[in-house]
Amino acid sequence: MSASLAAPAPGGFGRITLRLVLIGAVLLLALLPVLNRLPMDSALHVSDFIVSITGKWITYAVLALAIDLAWGYAGILSLGHGAFFALGGYAIGMHLMRLIGPRGVYGHPTLPDFMVFLGYQELPWYWLGFDHFPFAVFMAMAVPGSLALVVGFLAFRSRITGVYLSIITQALTYALMLAFFRNDMGFGGNNGFTDFKELLGMPLNTSSARSTLFYASLILLLGALWLCTIVTRSKLGRVLVAIRDAESRVRFLGYNVTNHKLFVFVLSAMIAGLAGALYVPQVGIINPGEFSPGNSIEAVIWVAVGGRGSLVGALLGAFSVNALKTWLTTVAPDLWLFALGGLFVAVTLFLPRGLIGLFSKAPK
Amino acid sequence: MNASPASGTRPAPDPILYLDGVSVVFDGFKALNGLSLIVDPGELRAIIGPNGAGKTTMMDVITGKTRPTAGVVRFREHDLTRLDEATIANLGIGRKFQKPTMFDALTVFENLELALKAPRGPLACLRWVLDRGARRRIEQVLEEVGLTARMHDRAAILSHGQRQWLEIGMLLMQDPELLLVDEPVAGMTDQETEHTAALLVRIAGQRSVVVVEHDLEFVRALGSKVTVLCEGAMLSEGSIDHVQNDPRVIEVYLGR
Ligand SMILES: Nc1ncnc2c1ncn2[C@@H]1O[C@H](COP(=O)(O)OP(=O)(O)O)[C@@H](O)[C@H]1O
Ligand SMILES: [Mg+2]
Repeated sequence: MSASLAAPAPGGFGRITLRLVLIGAVLLLALLPVLNRLPMDSALHVSDFIVSITGKWITYAVLALAIDLAWGYAGILSLGHGAFFALGGYAIGMHLMRLIGPRGVYGHPTLPDFMVFLGYQELPWYWLGFDHFPFAVFMAMAVPGSLALVVGFLAFRSRITGVYLSIITQALTYALMLAFFRNDMGFGGNNGFTDFKELLGMPLNTSSARSTLFYASLILLLGALWLCTIVTRSKLGRVLVAIRDAESRVRFLGYNVTNHKLFVFVLSAMIAGLAGALYVPQVGIINPGEFSPGNSIEAVIWVAVGGRGSLVGALLGAFSVNALKTWLTTVAPDLWLFALGGLFVAVTLFLPRGLIGLFSKAPK
Repeated sequence: MNASPASGTRPAPDPILYLDGVSVVFDGFKALNGLSLIVDPGELRAIIGPNGAGKTTMMDVITGKTRPTAGVVRFREHDLTRLDEATIANLGIGRKFQKPTMFDALTVFENLELALKAPRGPLACLRWVLDRGARRRIEQVLEEVGLTARMHDRAAILSHGQRQWLEIGMLLMQDPELLLVDEPVAGMTDQETEHTAALLVRIAGQRSVVVVEHDLEFVRALGSKVTVLCEGAMLSEGSIDHVQNDPRVIEVYLGR
């Protein structure tokens, strides 16, 4: 039996149906770059815009999965997951910057433009290694993972939970934003990184790069979904649910709760980091704005809207809220924040189990 | 027991639980006031006392939930005042709470599975597969606590008596050496109460059991040594007949 809040009850939208819908949705997504290749005048042609924005949403969906794993299952409401996402993005951004090589405006063989501009003589030590793609990918997981390990260790060991943990994580992402704004950090200050040229020998901003990154994101999504499913269906998943609902009781059963929370928090941060690493080459820019506290809150709202404690719910939330955002910010950009807030309140009041709750009956 | 040592006293077995001069102060209020208690291996001990006597607080101290302000708390050779809840539980002390506490989102079976004695680390839990032995053990306990028919129901929908049973079942799954059972028969029918008493008597012997209870019929059915707590200290100790006839006990508790 699954231990999710949205465990399908008899007579509800069963697990098989859910799985079929999921497979259908993935196939449909996988088809988008193919339809993009059709001639413009074909009725089935899908625009570049649709492909690139969907690719971006897929990375958001991975972030939503990561948040749901920590919040929906283990009850760790992090309001700083955007920081893990952004750190993953910066890691791959550093690699993309290194790959620009002498093609920068200043034509320096190794130093990125902003370093030449700021008078750097050589690469800072922490930039070493980022010219290798595998190293950058490793760091996109290792940096968020280590940060989560340190913050989580300090917080969980001191039994900081609930709203206090949320505030700490929110402060974390805010502090990182301020730090990354500084020019002397060596991460491009408020401009961040942009003007990327290529990745893995593939010129960016071409249709084939777009579809490659799209498929890579889709594979990441499926991998993350698979991993989260393994975790949540295991006994560990049930321990996490138990911690979420009655943390102190779990201790009296002999579980060292700190370790379980740390495990899931670090895993979640690494998944978020990988999502960020695929986001940045698709949008072509990373700057400290990605650390802004609002981003983390927005991502938590995706999960709340979709249905926390259900992995499919998190995906549903990420896609539907972002689709709404894209539509609303073109027709009435000023309304978006009100709509987001209203949506959150409405879901909390009327759909405590999120959109996914519409499809599966409440457990008895 | 003829082999008396030179001193002439009977060689007491090393106690499994040893409390001496334990005090707990909450904002100047002494919930425990120099409490001493010795429980032997395999012993069944009933603890009675008026509401607010400090019975639950005593269990909080033993299980690491509350730190005593003074006194010694030992389980075998371990100083419990320095250990956290999880470590104490893993030493072999299981607890049933006064208010039955379990995991409502999980099924009865899953609650027992989490309590089952097994490696507790995150990776061990991730790799855990329910083998035939573990399943049989869970089924035995389900049978023992009469919840076989409810095993796939979520704990949230159990009745109060069934929740008591489930928590007793979780205690059994942990296979502890010392069981602390706080008011197990609240909300149970007479028949269930009888069944519980028989179960606890059966469990004791291989393990030590400390039962806190108000229901004197139930305590009588346990047929064990009784300790009476009052205002955070031991008032009287002995057989149920002894304590029921102790004038101090009658005054503060039974006589009212
Ligand atoms: N955490 C606490 N903070 C303050 N007072 C407490 C706390 N826990 C228990 N007490 C007080 O200590 C006394 C003993 O409580 P308790 O151990 O629950 O009694 P019993 O279980 O014998 O009914 C009561 O007066 C209770 O109000
Ligand atoms: Mg009590």
